[in-house]
Amino acid sequence: MNPEKALMTQEPDARASDVSDASDATASEVSAPGAPAATAGTTGATGVHARIDVSGVAAAPGQRPDAGTVFECADVDVYYGDFRALRDVSLDVAEHEVTALIGPSGCGKTTFLRCFNRMNDLIEGARVDGTIHYHGVNLYQDEVDPVEVRRRVGMVFQKPNPFPKSIYDNIAYGPRLAGVKRSELDDVVEGSLTRAALWDEVKDRLKMSAYGLSGGQQQRLCIARAIAVQPDVVLMDEPCSALDPIATGRIEELIAELKNDYTIIIVTHNMQQAARISDMTAFFSVQANEMGHRTGELVEYAPTSLIFTNPDDPRTEAYITGRVG
Amino acid sequence: MSVLTSPAGIAADTADALRRRPGADVAGAVFKWLLIGATVFATGFLAVLLAVMIVDGWDVLSGNLWHFLTHGFSQRSAAEAGVWQGIIGSLQVALVTGVFAVPIGVATAIYLVEYAQDSRFARIVELNIRNLAGVPSIVYGLLGLAVFVQTIHGFTQGKTVIAGGMTLAAMVLPIIVITSVEALKAVPSSLREAAYGVGATKWEVLSRQVLPAALSTILTGTVLALARALGEAAPLILVGAATGFLSFGDANMLETFTGPYTALPVQIFNFARLPGADWGVNAAAASVVILVLVLAVNGLAIYLRNRFEKQW
Repeated sequence: MNPEKALMTQEPDARASDVSDASDATASEVSAPGAPAATAGTTGATGVHARIDVSGVAAAPGQRPDAGTVFECADVDVYYGDFRALRDVSLDVAEHEVTALIGPSGCGKTTFLRCFNRMNDLIEGARVDGTIHYHGVNLYQDEVDPVEVRRRVGMVFQKPNPFPKSIYDNIAYGPRLAGVKRSELDDVVEGSLTRAALWDEVKDRLKMSAYGLSGGQQQRLCIARAIAVQPDVVLMDEPCSALDPIATGRIEELIAELKNDYTIIIVTHNMQQAARISDMTAFFSVQANEMGHRTGELVEYAPTSLIFTNPDDPRTEAYITGRVG
Repeated sequence: MSVLTSPAGIAADTADALRRRPGADVAGAVFKWLLIGATVFATGFLAVLLAVMIVDGWDVLSGNLWHFLTHGFSQRSAAEAGVWQGIIGSLQVALVTGVFAVPIGVATAIYLVEYAQDSRFARIVELNIRNLAGVPSIVYGLLGLAVFVQTIHGFTQGKTVIAGGMTLAAMVLPIIVITSVEALKAVPSSLREAAYGVGATKWEVLSRQVLPAALSTILTGTVLALARALGEAAPLILVGAATGFLSFGDANMLETFTGPYTALPVQIFNFARLPGADWGVNAAAASVVILVLVLAVNGLAIYLRNRFEKQW
């Protein structure tokens, strides 16, 4: 399926088809080897209001040129009303990799994560400037339907949030919305629960309430629910912060497993976790202006092994060695 | 800090420090007894009210209850008079009230919470609705007379069950809106995000997640509002229920909605103002009947709520 066309709202609008044609070209350029490096120099000229922005491909330090790129973020700013929560974030997310977002509280990493599936749209007054291209399509152009984005970019939240329904219905909810046939639902549910390493524990009580599960099981249920709609990307917002070490270990194993099929972006407070599971790490920091408003920014984005052994920026080093909280 | 170092000395010291002291939490104990006192007063007051009504109405309730429940109004003697028309009329009015007030009230709440969100417009509307909930019911009676009886006479046919029901609907609408708004706001945002996260549209999130989660609370508020409408006399007297008669004749059930009507509270009012102790007995007995009716409606609400809550 053509991802550019699939994301568009279904309007027989001449403008929309123009855009989609243009982005087809963009996508093929971007996916060509070496293309990101060639456009890196023009990052500064990125027009914030340009709907299709070919130049918005930032070459982040340490970018692996061989990996396919899923997201290209250029000069992303997030505002809540007048308050700027995040400033000038540019990074690329590679396919089938785990990208970890770390940093102190209030640095905007969760805010940034929620940009990838337009979850910030749900917050009154939230506004995203800059561009986030998903397979070459700017997610923030008018023609993009956020509902279609979220079907491809799933999300797991900080606190396990199963629906007040049965285990079966929790998994089946998304596929039903997507129009999966009733006869295929059983297979989808079993497959998703198996992939989330939960099937053996719940197969005999699929009709029982999801609230009867333990916290760790609930979170794996939420992961199963996210992958049941067969997304391309799974966003995880501190998925283990409410779990004990054993449950955390199981989720981490699961992430390592899921990475073969999905691109994963994970926010975590736990630096050991980032070091264990991620391929790339983005370190965010926060700065207060004279008014006391705290704005987050991307300090460093590099392969995880590099960030934790030989960071470029002294702020990164201070944070990962525990000198600065 | 203890200067003792022997284990026994430390133990004695610790025992002394940890000992329960009488009077350590006097304020807490006083507060608890105040709360108990308030609860006893509130329930006791209701119990006395109920007891007085039952005692006053005992002659009718014990000997003549079936006749009382199944016969209509009679001006000839208190013994012949019954509240059957009032029961039917009240239920009809409550039905019309529910039909008009519940969909409009719940829809308003959904719009305010889910669509207008925290806009200035929503806040102003909500504040005004809260104010409307405090407007005396007689004012709604005047509104009903002016608007439902006179202005849209073609629809209501004048002083009819429909006009009465619409008047009470206007009266309880603010209560339904407010309780529904609170119910919707109480649905955790994590539930909405979970549904949006798997690609649900706004309509799917609302209809499949938010509304079912809020339903039991909305239902409770709605029934409480209807129970209040069931017990209201003042506005109904203004919009036509003052006669105390109900001319059924050959009319079928549907036609009675556009005919003259009465309601239980209005009948109580009529009984109470007639001279003679036996009419007073009727008034007390009718009060017990309406209490039982309200209790039954509330019981139904609790039953429905428990059913919906289990259903997930």
